[in-house]
Amino acid sequence: MGISADPLNLVICGVGGQGNILLSGIVGGAYMKKGYYATIGETFGAAQRGGAVFSAVRVSKKREYGPLIPEGHAHLILGLEPIETMRLLQKYGNPDVVCVTNMYPVIPASVSANRESYPDIEDLKKAITDLSSKAFFIDATSIALELNAPIAMNIVMAGALLGTEQLDLTKDDIIAELKATLPPDRLELNLTALDRGMKAIA
Amino acid sequence: MPNIAKLESGSYHLLQGNEAIARGALEAGVQYAAAYPGTPSTEILTTLASVAKETGIHAEWSSNEKVATEAALAAAYAGLRTISSMKNAGLNVAMDTLQHINLATLGDQGGAMLVVVADDPQSHASGDEEDTRWVAQMANAPLMEPSSFQEAYEMTKYLFDLSEEFNIFCWLRDYTRLAHARGRVQVGQYTRATKKPKYDSTKVFTPYIAPPKHAILVEKMARIRDRFEESPFNSYEGPESPELLIVCCGSGAPCSRDAVEDLNLGDRVGILKLGTLWPFPSRLVVSHIKRASKVLIVEEVDPYVETHTKAAVADAKLADAADILGRGSGHISYVGENNPDRVIAALCQVFGLTYETRDASYEKKIEDIAKPMTASRGLIWCPGCPHRASFFAIGNAVKRDGRNAVVTSDIGCYTMDIFPDGPQVANTLHCMGGGVGEACGFGQLAELGFEQPVIGICGDSTFFHASIAPLVNAIYNKANMTIIVLDNAITAMTGFQPHAGSGRTATQEVTPTVDAESLCRALGCRVEVEDPFDTKATAARVQELLKDDNGVKVLFLRRKCELLRQREEKRHPYKVWVDTEKCRGDKCGFCYRILQCPGIGYDKTTGKAKIQEALCAECGLCADLCPSKAIMKEERA
Repeated sequence: MGISADPLNLVICGVGGQGNILLSGIVGGAYMKKGYYATIGETFGAAQRGGAVFSAVRVSKKREYGPLIPEGHAHLILGLEPIETMRLLQKYGNPDVVCVTNMYPVIPASVSANRESYPDIEDLKKAITDLSSKAFFIDATSIALELNAPIAMNIVMAGALLGTEQLDLTKDDIIAELKATLPPDRLELNLTALDRGMKAIA
Repeated sequence: MPNIAKLESGSYHLLQGNEAIARGALEAGVQYAAAYPGTPSTEILTTLASVAKETGIHAEWSSNEKVATEAALAAAYAGLRTISSMKNAGLNVAMDTLQHINLATLGDQGGAMLVVVADDPQSHASGDEEDTRWVAQMANAPLMEPSSFQEAYEMTKYLFDLSEEFNIFCWLRDYTRLAHARGRVQVGQYTRATKKPKYDSTKVFTPYIAPPKHAILVEKMARIRDRFEESPFNSYEGPESPELLIVCCGSGAPCSRDAVEDLNLGDRVGILKLGTLWPFPSRLVVSHIKRASKVLIVEEVDPYVETHTKAAVADAKLADAADILGRGSGHISYVGENNPDRVIAALCQVFGLTYETRDASYEKKIEDIAKPMTASRGLIWCPGCPHRASFFAIGNAVKRDGRNAVVTSDIGCYTMDIFPDGPQVANTLHCMGGGVGEACGFGQLAELGFEQPVIGICGDSTFFHASIAPLVNAIYNKANMTIIVLDNAITAMTGFQPHAGSGRTATQEVTPTVDAESLCRALGCRVEVEDPFDTKATAARVQELLKDDNGVKVLFLRRKCELLRQREEKRHPYKVWVDTEKCRGDKCGFCYRILQCPGIGYDKTTGKAKIQEALCAECGLCADLCPSKAIMKEERA
């Protein structure tokens, strides 16, 4: 099984501090080890201060693509936060896009301050489903909180991504990247997080 | 991040642009690296510092970019290969030194020097979209711009050799979509550099007396231009005689390739990618333009290549010169960064094509369904951030003072004060050191009738970077003002780099702590210290300082960056919860509307405040300040 499109364009989106950049490095690194060109673009502005963050992972057998995806050209959107999936669908969505979304909201300051409102979660699910060819949902933050490690939510989402079987990446591919990237004392926790994410989708 | 000193020769790695530059520098034999942190350049020095001990190189966070450049220059005089890296704004600070170096040369010990400037088109993390390329001509320094990760690595190595050969420093232009992106890099052989530094103290190296030295430099640049005309870093791909020639550099190359592929114009459009930008390879560009009927320039941010291309075509006196399209013709905006869609739009305009991003019915769904279902997500301080408390207290003090105090602010996490979601306590904000510098001006206006009190804000790292000289000026010229140093013990905005006040070096060695407080006392200022989380005492102190008309007062608001504290202590200090019986919800809204902490928000279902469990740092600030005493905190064992 190869990549379903060449270039394959993945968008990973969320909020600063959610571990988006690490996650894109793991997915991109796994593809590179399988002999693909992988390019990752990171958009995060002023580091990790609660703003919207996304990275683009572009995978190809042909050549090295630039780090920015043309509008409307995403094949898969991995959303670490529901309205961030919604935000990136606006820019990169198309009828064939697949979405995998962590439905645990991170409330923006504008909503906290009651200036804007946060959409109803069920309405969000319905809309994301309506705007994609396949939509998967998971409450990855609650799983990470159960593991006493909210920071491991990104790896729960890596597990969810594997669980959807939309990419030709195996659990072993991801584990190899986790081993190469994480400090040894964090590995066991993250392997558990990966498992929990896979099971939650499967 | 991989250990860049341990990558095997010939192996492939997914490297960030900044890591690729660091690896290139190591392979080139760099022995001295100095920088001040600044997005998107920071990781060049971070990466080198992380392997400094095992490679035997010197890596330092300098007080500012000028100091970093001078330190690197000295090491080059002592015969070493040296690198100084900075963001676009940092270049302005270092420019005084850089402007002179190549007149003076790098001495006679075989040293070499590379200066990397990371520009930030689109201003993702900068105050402007400054384009570094213009100053290469001004400083007579060769400049190259990579368009891939592999090139970032290779150009770094090449420029060290060029620097040594011509005895002048060279420039590498980095930019956000390279610096903060990752791609495949095949690395070469790294061998530890062991050159012993020395200086022949019978020699003098200086730009003075300039004209004869300038003449030598002009001649050197002419020779480098000849070399750049033939450089393999400039390449052409496409048909023999294209209808349209794209001349591009940097991120313009991948964006152009994507656009040409998307529009299926490979048979009609050729791409000339330039890597050597100063001296500009005019003959090469003209030779390609002769084969094309139209030319489109794709670069960022300013029309630099466009200007030089137009000049080259004018000089060549071509009979039927092609139209040169780009910023001047309106095909590409003067503002913002490159992306594939921008080039697609320009190509559609040139060829009269229509392009649909996606089908119209999906587009309508996006308009109808998706757009109403998003909320804006502005930047705001992290839960537990001391700045939230500091600005709350300063804002209160200014209000209570009632004389329209002017607040001048600076660059750091506290910059978020002036963003749309911030409390907007400050009135002006420009650059590093600008807070104290401008306060120093406002603070001297009393003699001309100015009646408002003055507060200048800076951070702890900013204090050392560029606030000391204006502070001295304020004392000397009898300014009346209060400086507030928001001391969170680290350069937080760029990712927790230590500074002169941290007691640790870039390589985490213990070093003497430069005590900013004692320094201010020694200068003769009245110095006070408060914990910003004690907002009452802080506000009262600020109010009192505003009334003190005896010159320069310095208030340190000292509390460690919360992210740093969490890293070190790995625990929350309190258990925090909302007593929904007492909470008055939207009738009050103090915690979520005024404090605006992401850790607490309005809960639609209960109509009360609700702790955001995954985010709350349980710092207790909202519990201390809640007007209804409805937020409870309990110390954790």
